[in-house]
Amino acid sequence: MGMTIVEKILASKGGRDVVRPGDIVTVEVDTTILFDNNFMPANWRDIVKVRDPERIVVVLDHRVPAPNAMAAAAHVTARAFAAKFGIKRVHDVGYDQGISHQLVADLGYGIPGTVLVCSDSHTCSAGVFNCLARGVGGPDVFYSAIKGETWFRCGETVRYQLTGKLPRAVTTKDAFLQIAGKHGAHATMNVEYGGPGIAGLSINARKTLTTMSAELSAEFATFEPDEVLIDWVRRRSRREFEPVYPDSDARYLDVREVDLGALEPLVAYPDTVVQNSKPVREAAGVKIDQAYIGSCANGTLDDLELAAQVVSGRRVASGVRFLVVPASQLVYREALKSGAMEKLVDAGAVIGPPTCGACGGGHMGVIGPGEVCITATTRNFKGRMGDPSSKVYMGSPATVAASALTGYITDPREFLN
Amino acid sequence: MKFTSRVWKFADNINTDLILPNVAFYLTPEEQLEYVFRANRPGWVELVQPGDILIGGKNFGMGSSRPAARNLKNLGLACLVADSINGLFYRNCVNFAFPAMDCSGVEDLFEEGDTAEIDFDSGSIRNVSTGKTTSGRKIPPQLLAIVDAGGIFSLLEKEGAIAPKS
Ligand code: SF4
Repeated sequence: MGMTIVEKILASKGGRDVVRPGDIVTVEVDTTILFDNNFMPANWRDIVKVRDPERIVVVLDHRVPAPNAMAAAAHVTARAFAAKFGIKRVHDVGYDQGISHQLVADLGYGIPGTVLVCSDSHTCSAGVFNCLARGVGGPDVFYSAIKGETWFRCGETVRYQLTGKLPRAVTTKDAFLQIAGKHGAHATMNVEYGGPGIAGLSINARKTLTTMSAELSAEFATFEPDEVLIDWVRRRSRREFEPVYPDSDARYLDVREVDLGALEPLVAYPDTVVQNSKPVREAAGVKIDQAYIGSCANGTLDDLELAAQVVSGRRVASGVRFLVVPASQLVYREALKSGAMEKLVDAGAVIGPPTCGACGGGHMGVIGPGEVCITATTRNFKGRMGDPSSKVYMGSPATVAASALTGYITDPREFLN
Repeated sequence: MKFTSRVWKFADNINTDLILPNVAFYLTPEEQLEYVFRANRPGWVELVQPGDILIGGKNFGMGSSRPAARNLKNLGLACLVADSINGLFYRNCVNFAFPAMDCSGVEDLFEEGDTAEIDFDSGSIRNVSTGKTTSGRKIPPQLLAIVDAGGIFSLLEKEGAIAPKS
């Protein structure tokens, strides 16, 4: 009996011939990412030695530029840690600033067949690169950085077989909301995306699916490799790698087809992501105070260009704050060159520096009591973006941009024909 | 490892933003405790007694990897048994030495306020108030060793890999 992608990488990195669901496997870790929350006083412990500084990446992303003295102090600790061990891959405020999961994509840190850990739950984002990437706990990253290994419990795998082609104004965020709405949580399970439909999806579009898989509570999310992926990695990294394909007789808990061509714009209603999706047309008319595009799920060039297309030549409704936060400085520069930024700013968008910002309720666009936000980020938990009495609806960047224009939740197909 | 105490019950899909909201990130671990379940169960932290037991529903601890398990431990709770525990949260429970066990259907065995007896060595779970019993998925030995050692930080500290807490 064959193995799924996750099982195969667990086996190769754990030095075993076979790995099956239920096994606990100790694996070598290729990349450990530490980010600013790890360096907060409540979480930080002074590290005496690390296994290999070349395998460590330090990213300041959740609170940049520092919104207050304590965040600034965490950044000071982070810089001192990087300097002490001569860590070269350091992403401070500046040219290479960005949300860690975006930097992994921008700079080729996600390598097929490898293991990558970070104590941010959306680390599964890097699974788009056919690697084993997942969010672990804070103590786990200390352990990985120091020992160069960690343990994983292998779960069953559900495969999503994508077919067809997305209709206009419909994105992989809608595909995700369809999956989350229909199938709910995938706790203790891995998800594997593949099928003929992936050929028509950019890496950015695919990455939305792996990133959002954190909301399915999946253990690992991965993509079947293809030429688009291999080419993306080769252009950004000089490392040798072996793409990992699932065995033809791999055992899945379930194989579920998703016909991309049959989708329509969806929105998740407030407070929970899973089993909470409805067509945007049903939510149409809900009044909003803020519209937000950004995060590790939807802050890519594709997302900003799509939003720019929606708002091009139009003006954001009065009384609505439209915030756009590119996921990295690289994306920011690309969006400046492509003209997307100009269209967004002309429409009335306020552009934030690349950071997690209000996605995690940290800073820059946090919402107040009773306010309503429509967001193209990752989570809409109660109080996630600010006050516990606020309400967060979640949709695609196209839906968010269309809603910013009208001041009400709006189907983007009205603006994109 | 065996605990007997009063039960607090929580619903399905309890997420880590509820246990440790972002607004509490800047506080010390002790100060953070005041914010536990403030959004969904205000006032609860005042009622919890050391040694109490949490019984949860499906996918307990979903969401981010923030050290929410540490807050449950620091509140003095003895352990967690939930219908299912989110994979990332489970790691954090092990790492912070907070005993946690999956047990399908456990929420049907208890009403809030019942007394539970949870045996982590055998996996047996008993409602002392009603006499009903069931059993959960035991913590694998490799992971139980981490819990026994007091969590990852204690382990690394003993090895001299991290400096002792100042
Ligand atoms: S952008 Fe949001 S979801 Fe992504 S890492 Fe930052 S806070 Fe987490």
